Amino acid sequence: MTALAHSGHLTGRQLRALTRQPAMFGFLLVQPVIWLLLFGQLFKNVIHIPGFAHTGSYLEFITPGVIVMTALFNSGWAGTVYIDDMARGVMDRLLASPVRRGSMIAGTLAYQAITTMLQTLVIFGIAYAAGARFPGAGEGIVTTLVAAALIGMIISSFSAAVALLVRQQEALIGISQFIVLPLQFLSSGIMDTRLSPSWVREVARFNPVDWAVVASREALSGSADWALVAGRLGLLAAVAAAIALLAAGAFRAYRRSI
Amino acid sequence: MSTAISPARSGAPVTASRGLALRAADLVKTYPGRPPVRALDGLSVEVAAGTVFGLLGPNGAGKSTTVRILSTLSRADSGAAEVAGLDVARQPDQVRRRIGLVSQKPSSDPMATGRENLVLAGRLHGMSRRDAHRRAAELLERFRLTDAADRLARTYSGGMARKLDVAIGLMHRPEVLFLDEPTTGLDPEARAEMWAEIERLAVDHQTTVLLTTHYLEEADRLADRLAIVDHGRVVVEGSPEELKSALRGDRVRVELAEQDDTGRARSLVGGIAGVGEPVVEGRSLTARADDGAAAVPAVLAALDGAGIAVASVTVARPSLDDVYLSHVGRTFKEDEK
Repeated sequence: MTALAHSGHLTGRQLRALTRQPAMFGFLLVQPVIWLLLFGQLFKNVIHIPGFAHTGSYLEFITPGVIVMTALFNSGWAGTVYIDDMARGVMDRLLASPVRRGSMIAGTLAYQAITTMLQTLVIFGIAYAAGARFPGAGEGIVTTLVAAALIGMIISSFSAAVALLVRQQEALIGISQFIVLPLQFLSSGIMDTRLSPSWVREVARFNPVDWAVVASREALSGSADWALVAGRLGLLAAVAAAIALLAAGAFRAYRRSI
Repeated sequence: MSTAISPARSGAPVTASRGLALRAADLVKTYPGRPPVRALDGLSVEVAAGTVFGLLGPNGAGKSTTVRILSTLSRADSGAAEVAGLDVARQPDQVRRRIGLVSQKPSSDPMATGRENLVLAGRLHGMSRRDAHRRAAELLERFRLTDAADRLARTYSGGMARKLDVAIGLMHRPEVLFLDEPTTGLDPEARAEMWAEIERLAVDHQTTVLLTTHYLEEADRLADRLAIVDHGRVVVEGSPEELKSALRGDRVRVELAEQDDTGRARSLVGGIAGVGEPVVEGRSLTARADDGAAAVPAVLAALDGAGIAVASVTVARPSLDDVYLSHVGRTFKEDEK
């Protein structure tokens, strides 16, 4: 109970700080819109390539892809709060208080999940305004919210762990460049992998980003294979839990250094 | 290979000690590196409940490392550390409920207001929303931050931010408050205000304060007892008065007109009965005298007789600076460089 309350207070702290940075908040919402409309126009015709298995418009195809991509980029910066707290005495004060390390990680993950889900809803809104229609909208949107939150938590935990180990903001840029971008393009987010080289298809099978996209797109299709959706979400949840534990363990490295 | 039944922790056994708020026995801590840095080398202190204890020493002496170990942030390689009779390594959760930590760095969240910082700290220590708000208002009032209470902490001046840090540390009414260099970097006015606050803490004797500082004046004014720390060990410990009286007699300081005369002056002054330990620094000569007032005429007569011109003479009780010099072997000013 106490641990949950602690996480809640820490999540509240980050949400409150976000509302005080309107520019940041605006950026969080505008960035995915640009991707959605830009990619949607740019690659509009790939849908006509023979073998592209999707039956709707390309905009409908990439909506879950852009949602997941947005979750990835947003979450890559999750460790920033730890870097700021370590640079000040906030981290030391929290570590010398009854707050557990697990609650600190959980507080950050909850914050990331909330902002990711907000962005997801905005992207769906824009997609609808631009003419996209999803046969399985009800169950599809709920599934996409869950999938985006889970992939966001995976990257957030990773970002938190890197922040605690390296303690430099620059290291978090590396996450965007070397982890997030390759994972995004080695998935079916913006391209049907059946048209990609076979090695990409192989890699995508083990790529959590692809699991999130596949689960979301499948649920939105209106004729979902629910075993496939549940399997992918289950894998995402398992990986999210494992990396969150790793991040909580990274506090030990920080403590050894002080 | 036989297994040790009870591996002996180096140093003293861990026992609950009544009346003691803090106890560190034989703490050793080495930080890895090339070469490894031995931050603590057998440091021991005992702090009675309800007192202000000062750890005084130059940067790198081991003051902050001691605070980190006692506040459960860091673990000693060996030795024992207790807060209110609780072993910090074995019962960290219980220790954390009883302590407040004000580290060297600013410890407020810049994107929250002063009041929000305080309320969050209270809530994290298990206070109800109402209690936390009431206590926050009380502390804001006491630290004269009420007018700035609802401004973001990042807009606070250095002195205000430091007062907020201390208020955050006091939010949950800790038994022990760690103040790690609370006035470093503050302007004289803000420092005086902070000293007055720390003195108020000491008056009610509810909170034990462990204060680290590299200001002699601060330790002298605030600490009931203090320990001078150098190279990771306690060099000498006592109340400021005890330490000063342990240096018998007064300090006679003679300012010479010519630097060339210092050598001759030193041997002359050293030869006077009741005067000893002459030390030359620049054009000035300092010596210990059993009775300073009585020694002045003899010193002046001796120098005058040898034709050495004197610019000024002063007599003073020993300062903490003299204590530092006699135990560490360097003046405090040299260490500050």
